[in-house]
Amino acid sequence: MSNFTPIAAAIGGGLIGVSAAFLMLLTGRIAGVSGILGGLLSPGMSDKNWRIAFIAGLILAPLIASLIGSELPSPKMPTSWSVLILAGLLVGFGARLGGGCTSGHGICGVARLSARSITATAIFMAAATVVVALTHHVLAG
Amino acid sequence: MLTIAAFICGFIFGLGLLISGMVQPAKVLAFLDVFGAWDPSLAVVMLAALVVSGLGFSLAKRRERPILAKQSTLPTKTTVDRQLMIGSMLFGIGWGLVGLCPGPALENLATLSPRVIAFVIAMVAGMALYDFWQKHRLTIRHKGTLAAAADG
Repeated sequence: MSNFTPIAAAIGGGLIGVSAAFLMLLTGRIAGVSGILGGLLSPGMSDKNWRIAFIAGLILAPLIASLIGSELPSPKMPTSWSVLILAGLLVGFGARLGGGCTSGHGICGVARLSARSITATAIFMAAATVVVALTHHVLAG
Repeated sequence: MLTIAAFICGFIFGLGLLISGMVQPAKVLAFLDVFGAWDPSLAVVMLAALVVSGLGFSLAKRRERPILAKQSTLPTKTTVDRQLMIGSMLFGIGWGLVGLCPGPALENLATLSPRVIAFVIAMVAGMALYDFWQKHRLTIRHKGTLAAAADG
């Protein structure tokens, strides 16, 4: 547990909660990133502006933070392009089929005590844990 | 006003992912790696986010309508179905392979890393594939009903 950062995690998590709470109080929308992004892809949807604005704010956050000296480094990603593409496809397709992702189900849905979201969160947490166990321990030897 | 509010909320969300470290796939994978050097940070992030958003949601519930909109758009489905379970499983597999979910993936676009851009393109393609499949499936089902009616 040498990398455990409870204080930063609590502050950051609190901010995510503030974001979800304000989005609901002000606009009545769920702060679920896959839903917000997915809604942009449906041609019939008319409420695109707030979706684009939310995503713009999300991407701008690290750029503004870098102005005050906290640079976001390029993330550590798998070397294999095929794994990368497969994972992206699964995340996008799975989040839409399952009706949400880590933010929509994992935070907003669980906070609303939705049975669907609690089930979804348990399933994707378990699946991801199994995949990491396999890729980091079993297959890595 | 609604657009500005959404922008600020997206910005705060991004700061939260940044400060908590959840924008880094390595930090997320360290949480999922229960058999390795386990890092419980993600659990603390979720717990803090749940407490704060839960308070906000209970305040929102008491209001007749949101401050800046005519009505709220809450999910209407309540039953756990097969789509939810299969979708969440596929999502979890993809998440475990790379350690990126949609929020951090979009936020990492700011680094202009080619691998992140490729991941986001694949993710959007996955979403589009779902929409295409849904539309197609409904058309087939509709045609099927028509054919059945013609037979009867």
